[in-house]
Amino acid sequence: MNLGSLCRRIAMALFVAACAAGPVVAFAVDDPSEMLPDPKQEARAEAIGAQLRCLVCQNESIEDSSAGLARDLRKVVREHVASGESNRQVIDWMVARYGNFIRLSPPVTAATLLLWGMPVLALLIGLAAAFLVFRRRPQVAPLSDAERVRLDELTRGS
Amino acid sequence: MSPELGRFALSLACVFALAQTILPLIGAQRRDRRLMTLAPGLALGQLVALAASFLCLVNAAITNDFSVSNILENSAVAKPLLYKITGVWGNHEGSILLWAMILGICGAAVAAFGRNLPSALKARVLAVLGGVAAGFELFCLTTSDPFDRVWPAPLDGQGMNPLLQDPGLAFHPPILYTGYVGFAVPFAFAIAALIEGRVDAAWGRWVRPWAVAAWAFLTCGIALGSWWSYYVLGWGGYWFWDPVENASLIPWLSGTALMHSAVVVEKREALKIWTVLLAIGTFSFSLSGTFLVRSGILNSVHAFAQDPARGIFILGLLGLVIGGSLVLFAWRAPALTAGGLFAPVSREGALVLNNILLCSLCAVVLTGTMYPPFMSLLFGKTISVGKPFFDAATIPLAIPLFAFMGFGPMLPWKRAQLWPVLRRLWVAALITLVAFGINLWGLSGVLPVLCATFAVWVIASSATDIASRIALFRVPLSQSLQRARSLPRSAFGAALAHAGVGVTVLGLAAMSQAQHRIVEVHVGQTERLAGYDWTLTGVKTEPGPNYTAMVATIEIRHNGHIVTVMHPSKRSFNSQNQTTTEVSIHTNGLSDLYGVIGDRHGPAANPTYVLRLHYNPLAPWMWFGALIMAMGGALSLSDRRMRVGAPRRAPLPDAVAAE
Amino acid sequence: MSDELASRPSADERRAVTRRRLMMGLPLAGAGVCGIAFWKMLAGMQSGSFNPHDINAPVTGRPVPVFTLADQTPGTGFSAEDLRALSKPVLINFFASWCIPCIAEMQALLSLQKRLPIWGVAYKDKPENAAGLLKHAGNPYARIGSDREGRVAIDWGVSGVPESFLIAPGGTIVWHSAAGLDGDEVMAGLDNVLKRIGA
Repeated sequence: MNLGSLCRRIAMALFVAACAAGPVVAFAVDDPSEMLPDPKQEARAEAIGAQLRCLVCQNESIEDSSAGLARDLRKVVREHVASGESNRQVIDWMVARYGNFIRLSPPVTAATLLLWGMPVLALLIGLAAAFLVFRRRPQVAPLSDAERVRLDELTRGS
Repeated sequence: MSPELGRFALSLACVFALAQTILPLIGAQRRDRRLMTLAPGLALGQLVALAASFLCLVNAAITNDFSVSNILENSAVAKPLLYKITGVWGNHEGSILLWAMILGICGAAVAAFGRNLPSALKARVLAVLGGVAAGFELFCLTTSDPFDRVWPAPLDGQGMNPLLQDPGLAFHPPILYTGYVGFAVPFAFAIAALIEGRVDAAWGRWVRPWAVAAWAFLTCGIALGSWWSYYVLGWGGYWFWDPVENASLIPWLSGTALMHSAVVVEKREALKIWTVLLAIGTFSFSLSGTFLVRSGILNSVHAFAQDPARGIFILGLLGLVIGGSLVLFAWRAPALTAGGLFAPVSREGALVLNNILLCSLCAVVLTGTMYPPFMSLLFGKTISVGKPFFDAATIPLAIPLFAFMGFGPMLPWKRAQLWPVLRRLWVAALITLVAFGINLWGLSGVLPVLCATFAVWVIASSATDIASRIALFRVPLSQSLQRARSLPRSAFGAALAHAGVGVTVLGLAAMSQAQHRIVEVHVGQTERLAGYDWTLTGVKTEPGPNYTAMVATIEIRHNGHIVTVMHPSKRSFNSQNQTTTEVSIHTNGLSDLYGVIGDRHGPAANPTYVLRLHYNPLAPWMWFGALIMAMGGALSLSDRRMRVGAPRRAPLPDAVAAE
Repeated sequence: MSDELASRPSADERRAVTRRRLMMGLPLAGAGVCGIAFWKMLAGMQSGSFNPHDINAPVTGRPVPVFTLADQTPGTGFSAEDLRALSKPVLINFFASWCIPCIAEMQALLSLQKRLPIWGVAYKDKPENAAGLLKHAGNPYARIGSDREGRVAIDWGVSGVPESFLIAPGGTIVWHSAAGLDGDEVMAGLDNVLKRIGA
């Protein structure tokens, strides 16, 4: 069976109550022989792996996934790290094959500008709106309803 | 208690709901008291009908009525009773029914507790709730009928995935839904206010407890889901930035903003339009999030049966509810009067800043979640947005939020000066500085250090807030206690909830330093992780009711003293050809030792076992903090002023002018 | 609220009111745009033209990657050079005996091989199992390479079987499908490309 459809089939078979947190595909413990002997290189490989999406699953990184393809990609990452490639080079190698889809954190391009700019944009819009409202407000408070009623009474009384 | 009775009760509820929508609205418009007073009765009637319908489904589940296709697909004779009951809402159809029933409970609660509401406002609020409920009940009846029958009825059902047979997951949906649906009440109040064209302090006071209650439930629901994935999935993860999780986080963020801006409406009659918009927005997010997941647009690991046809109905319903309310907003909101004035540096100013930061966070999570399908629709490109993006984009916004949380609650209303407040916080600042030093030494990474430091700041300043309100150490202790007794509970609640945020953030920051090892060992072999010696002392096979388990015994020692013996296991289910891992967690409150057993390798005579060992510092604090937050909310709700002290409304000025 | 105290609005104030009204309409406009987009997505999902779960690897328009495939049966393995040396288009199809959609598309492949040669790649499959499948379902492949480790598949950007690539003369990938070739829509897409490159 196609791996993608396998994942989907598993997912379909499991009705998770609307919003359970966490993927339903149970995690299979890795094979420790996959790991690089040098802890520094292994840590780097894990950091790279955490940036790469398990293509056939949803929103899991290849480090977190038990799918066969994720395991293969983990192996590839470790081979490249062991051969001394930089993080950048490994990720570029993956992107050349699978496109930007494989990156869990998309590169900044014209199309993702809005995504990456959102934190700043939202903050600026909020601050600008607050600033404009404050600036346009009169410095002297207008009469409150009660005060206006009282003023009415006084003016009528005179 | 046949399924047909259930369907009939559901139809009846739908009729009640429609009547609850139409009659009180007409009554409120014509000032017809008789029509208006119908609303509470109809709301109660709707709830009774919904409860009857729900009980019919529960009954079908308990009595193994496999002629009901919903029970057939999700239950089995051998399933434990608890999961037969909770399984009712563990599927699409049942969860919609539960959703409708919670909405019915909300309506009945407004009818019961809202005795001091003005009759027109109450009628309109109940009408809006009835309208939303009618939509759901129609959805249930037309496209997701939980009472659908099959013929001939099989002898046994298809069963439920073993991963889902877990108490944490069983009670997660009702709590979460109560959170989502609870925001329908502030929403209904907002719509009623727009129809009336009036938002005032009394409105703020009526809305706030509902927002707080919904928020507390949502907090618990999210935490419970996260905890479930931590102890069930078995690799130490607790949050995935998955669309389904984001769908609950987005209304949580906007609901938190709503809870705070409602305070400003109540105390100062300011931010009225904004609060109305937040109330509409929060419920809209609650609705659309859960339903987008069911339509299959969002890529999620948590699958519901994804059905675009169902999606069209949902979209229509969403369009009606959200579109309708926003049309009303665009039409009526400009008529709402501007409220009380305040200087930028003031309690109100701090709450505005809180709202800006929370809404920015909300916008970031929303954009990140929705970007992939939009990219794919507009440009035909597929991209992924996952944990690395969300971590990078949200934490820098959250840190200033924590920083302002410290002194915001201590600023006086209207106009404040920063310096006196900051001077009162010198102890908290000192503690924070010490914590910063410790964090620099103990944690690696800039963001964890900053998060942990500001978490301490939030906790310390919340304590300072209470201490300074009761003048602790400045007046005799007995007098301080006297003051504490007269301090409104909502003040304690707010401080507690803020401290809870601090506790959660400390847990999150510490978890970034979690350590794990994957090892392959023989029985008797010892491995070292985080200063603990983990020894696999034995592995045995145990039969279960419908599975066989491979149970490991791991002894953990620290400096030679035994800390705990844990028994992680791996279950192979006979029928479903599926294995699950049962994590074993030992916690001492400050850290979790977390063990998982994996595959067996090598010769049968001397096999090796793969073990995954985790050391998770402060892991329990993440959920404990959420519990504290919810308790803070509950404490606020117990404040008498929130329940009965709702003020009478000032008479309408035009009524005065008419005299 | 009470108009009796307010003087007649000036042009400035009227502009301010209009601006206010426009501001209040913004949430509606935003929600409307999202609503239309969702409707388009749902409609596209129903008609099959939009799939939010698609993975489209950026392979079309590129030369074939460098690879060498072992023999499935003696002499049937192939490499990048073999593809570059071709003067006619060829379809590369990744398959496996453990993959149900692959078995489902065999019939379509058998009729397709009358129009153009199909070269298969047995993905993560034991040679005897792959051979068993082809014996049972029929063999549409002119040549078959074996990718036991699944490493060549990664070079091609394959995310799961079945997956097919159309190679134009000279060794350029001109078309790609991650779905089985038994669907009408997929076949229509392939036909279009075949016509375009004149085969």
